[in-house]
Amino acid sequence: MNQELIYTVLLLVALGALAAIILYWVSQKFKVQENPKLEQVLEALPNTNCGGCGFPGCSAFADALVNADDLAPYNCPVGGNEVMKEVGEILGKAIEEKDPFVAVVKCAGAIHVRVHHTTYDGAANCSIASNLYSGERGCSDGCVGLGECVEACTFDAMYMDETTGLPVVIEDKCTSCNACVTACPKDIIELWPKGKRDKKIYIACVNEEKGGTARKECSMACSGCAKCVDECKYDAITVENDLAKIDYDLCKLCGKCIVACDVGNIVSTGFKPEMINTLAEKREKRLEKEKEAKRLEREKAKEVAEAEKENVSDKPES
Amino acid sequence: MLLDFMKGLKHFHKGGVHPHENKLSAEAPIKELPLPKSVVIPITQHIGAPAKVVVERGDTVKVGQIIAVHEGFVSSNIHASVSGKVGKIDKVMDSTGFKKMSISIRTKDDIWEDSIDRTPDLVKDIPYTPEEIVKKIMEAGVVGMGGAAFPSHVKLSIPEGKHVDYLIVNGVECEPYLTADHRVMLEKPHEIMVGTQILMKALGVDKAIIGIEANKWDAIEGLKKIAPEYPGIEVQGLRVMYPQGGEKQLIEALLGREVPSGGLPADAGCIVHNVGTIYSMYMAVQKNRPLIERVVTVTGKSVKEPSNLLVRIGTPISDLIEAAGGLPEDTGKIISGGPMMGKALNELDIPIAKATSGLLLIPEERSKRQEVYNCVKCGKCVEVCPMGLQPVELSLLSKNKNLETAQAHGILDCIECGSCSFICPSNRPILDYIRYGKSNIRKAKAS
Repeated sequence: MNQELIYTVLLLVALGALAAIILYWVSQKFKVQENPKLEQVLEALPNTNCGGCGFPGCSAFADALVNADDLAPYNCPVGGNEVMKEVGEILGKAIEEKDPFVAVVKCAGAIHVRVHHTTYDGAANCSIASNLYSGERGCSDGCVGLGECVEACTFDAMYMDETTGLPVVIEDKCTSCNACVTACPKDIIELWPKGKRDKKIYIACVNEEKGGTARKECSMACSGCAKCVDECKYDAITVENDLAKIDYDLCKLCGKCIVACDVGNIVSTGFKPEMINTLAEKREKRLEKEKEAKRLEREKAKEVAEAEKENVSDKPES
Repeated sequence: MLLDFMKGLKHFHKGGVHPHENKLSAEAPIKELPLPKSVVIPITQHIGAPAKVVVERGDTVKVGQIIAVHEGFVSSNIHASVSGKVGKIDKVMDSTGFKKMSISIRTKDDIWEDSIDRTPDLVKDIPYTPEEIVKKIMEAGVVGMGGAAFPSHVKLSIPEGKHVDYLIVNGVECEPYLTADHRVMLEKPHEIMVGTQILMKALGVDKAIIGIEANKWDAIEGLKKIAPEYPGIEVQGLRVMYPQGGEKQLIEALLGREVPSGGLPADAGCIVHNVGTIYSMYMAVQKNRPLIERVVTVTGKSVKEPSNLLVRIGTPISDLIEAAGGLPEDTGKIISGGPMMGKALNELDIPIAKATSGLLLIPEERSKRQEVYNCVKCGKCVEVCPMGLQPVELSLLSKNKNLETAQAHGILDCIECGSCSFICPSNRPILDYIRYGKSNIRKAKAS
């Protein structure tokens, strides 16, 4: 009995040892030569697998980095310059510093400024709703408001503002991974340079319809009136297809366009609250002044017309 | 079912549902609507390239005059449906739910193009060659009037290497509520027979079957009675089942042939046309009358007089509703088409298009979607899918954007009949997600 037990154990040990030897030999023979730096690079990357770099995940990106001759075209938007610097040190290559980007929502068409046409009660998904028809509210280019971008964001950097029905980007959390941009069926989300000292000015509208038509549907729509273009000293604003656009590189953040906009559609972020308030106040004052001027003009015209009338009625008598 | 068998009724064999028929307007004869004050005619009422506008604001046009010319082969001519002055040419909301370029015409008098034969006489002789017939149909801007609005002349040009031996005329009208085709078959049987013969000549086939569901027994009998006068045309009754009017289902029901995945009816040796289209083709070929009017059913349980109206293309829907007894106060939704595949309209002045087969008014409390519950994996959607697909799986794959797998599982074969959403006990928006998946696949293919 004992003897059988011993033989069995011995046989199993011998088999195990044999298998170990074979496995060791195979692993040495067919070893994959991996660049030792690959693991280091992968460790340095954020490992969020968001795809913002254009590669399907961090390991594919690390592979591309290790095999690249020049690191300049590569960028990890999540890690930013810091991570890229670290990667550059590991690989012993120079990197190109890039301005960080952030997602901006180019629609100011809150619930209360757009005409309500119908009520949508289908599947709560922006793409489905916008495939079906032009939307619950006026302006078929504007935000659908069902939050597909918020769902797409893996960094919790977006939320739906219930009072406006529009998505809001939390800039500190936004990694410019592009997920919301591709998710939005209306293409109203855009990656915008985070800006000098995180300040930026952009136009929150994508509607290219004629001014009157656009304004009928949304009181915040850009009509392409070009008042901001006249005001801008740096030629940073252009109007194309009844829609104004700010060139980020030319913009000096003076804020004059904000004062010039009739509908208040030019948005500034990163400025001190006092600064934003002053600009808004200036805008209000300007609008009031213009209103007053128009009223005076109308009265004057009325007076002139009346005077003419009197003249005409006087004539036959004289 | 035994009775159906005794009557010799055919049907398709995979899936299908049977919603309440509710053919409220079946007894209402076709009534001509008075001329509208103005019409708005979209230049894309068909699948394919938009037509090119050839009139300008201020031009005077006659009824039947071409106002937009087809661009490319898969496109269709657009004609003025009233005479008068051309107004704004601008983007207007149409029945698709999007703003489309449209031509508005302010009606003045009723002056027709001289070439149009306006007499009601039946013209039986077909002196034209097949090429001439196709050309006439193309000139008249005839499109599929069952709902898809596919330019008809394209369907008449059989791809090379395909052999077609049957023409199928679709008089099924399987959508609940709608009765427009039913009334046309009852009131214009001879025109439909001649129209069918015209198409047989154009296609070079000697056999045609008119398929009609058994809930239109009077139409079946009426057409059967006159069928002997027209050799080669057979009238076949069908058991009432949705979606029997689907091209692929109808071919299977009538001939037992299956259209291969991704293929056309021509691959199964047949061409299918709707009866409304056949009638328009008869008008186009025998009477030189372009597609400027159509029969529209205005119906719904709350509608005072459910009716079938002959209206000019471009008439605002409010005119039709007025003619059917006015807009009921509690209306929650107005659907263009039937309740299964139709689309809710978002304004009251949307114009009638070539493919608008009906207007269905639904009261507020019945118009809302019901609360969505979790899927209980009951498999009812799989059971009713007429294409033999797995709707529950396809909808989830689409939702999670797993497009490759969805495509491998045949999502592109879905005919969007809505049987799955109709039967789902959890009220899940199955079809919405399948459509979403299909559009994503199409987008991916395009880019």
